[in-house]
Amino acid sequence: MVDALFASCEALLVMRNTIAKSPREAAPVSSVDDARASYIFARFRRQWAALTGADIGADKRRVVERRLGPVMRAHDVSDLFELTLLIERNGNEALIEEAIDAMTAGETSFFRDRAPFEAFRARILPELMAARGRERRLRIWCAAVSTGQEAYSLAMMLDEAARELRGWSLEILGTDISGAAIETARKGIYTHFEVQQGLSTTHLLRYFHREEENWRVNEHLRARVAFGQFNLLSSPAELGAFDVILCRNAVTGFAPEAKRGVLERLAGLLAEDGYLFLGDAETVDEAAPCFIPTAHPSVWRRRARPRPRLSLV
Amino acid sequence: MKQVLVVDDSAVIRKVARRILEGLHFRTSEASDGKLGLAECEKMMPDVILLDWNMPEMDGLEFLCALRKMPGGTSPKVVFCTTENEVGHIARAMHAGADEYIMKPFDQNIVRSKFQEIGLV
Repeated sequence: MVDALFASCEALLVMRNTIAKSPREAAPVSSVDDARASYIFARFRRQWAALTGADIGADKRRVVERRLGPVMRAHDVSDLFELTLLIERNGNEALIEEAIDAMTAGETSFFRDRAPFEAFRARILPELMAARGRERRLRIWCAAVSTGQEAYSLAMMLDEAARELRGWSLEILGTDISGAAIETARKGIYTHFEVQQGLSTTHLLRYFHREEENWRVNEHLRARVAFGQFNLLSSPAELGAFDVILCRNAVTGFAPEAKRGVLERLAGLLAEDGYLFLGDAETVDEAAPCFIPTAHPSVWRRRARPRPRLSLV
Repeated sequence: MKQVLVVDDSAVIRKVARRILEGLHFRTSEASDGKLGLAECEKMMPDVILLDWNMPEMDGLEFLCALRKMPGGTSPKVVFCTTENEVGHIARAMHAGADEYIMKPFDQNIVRSKFQEIGLV
């Protein structure tokens, strides 16, 4: 009944927007009373979770309105209710893309948190090199790569092991739900502040060059990484199997069911002896049967799949 | 607590650096040019030196060369902190014996990150 009530509001909104089209003033993002605003926000949260997996807290309405305000104004969308309807109908793809970009502006840096990269360098990479000595192939997927620093960090580490990895096929794939972030990653251009976080000066001099006021990843390193847009709620089967998957600080905000689905799909793509890297405060609780803990708290190993039993009749 | 010597001819930079470093639990001392910086090192060799490049009397590169010739002068970590941000300058500083390099402007995150690189955080 409440939905029917607000469905009628939909018609009113369409009428209102038609009347108020020009000249467009800087309208308030939400002009309804608190009760209606709460309902609208709850509906938006449901749609957003269905679209991205992210479970936005009920107390985050003001934050969301602030982040999405510029995007909605740019697309002449009057409020969250209208945006929610557009998402529900999958109308205005450009608007939805920009909304995703605005909401998923994530924090990342080169060699973020350090310790996982040290674990990769000191233990996991040598182990995988020994295990893959015959096929001489490594595939790594950064599944929430944001603006690319994580993938380029791994590319630097593999480059430093170039002598041991001569003749190997090395593939690093970086994906993210945000198209804008992927575009930045592809260009490999970073600011003065970004290249001084997590990156040693030695790495800066070896792998970057100045481009005007910014720094750009050298061509030979950019060529080692492929970037693409990907929603973790989608099936990743077409991406193939990976030896290492990094999905760090991406599923923390997901509802438990959505998180479990993501982790189970990632497990499905990991090689039998493959590794999953999560963020420091993250766990695989919801998908624990798929993984075995390792000595490092945020690194998990794929649990071997049970072999089918043969029944002798 | 580790000791950081901030060598910079700008009182504002020294103040900002002091605030950041004390927030990272370092003790700090200051010098407004290379010569005074060497005098501070003779009194007590610090653990880290945050070093500007362009200074009167003695610039950062001259200071670094003189420091490394002093008794005990190879032990402090030296982090350049300068507006000189061309690749040539950075390479020169690292080749002369700097351990890390901060391009101004900087903030606490950058200082923490660079100090982590040299094993002090």
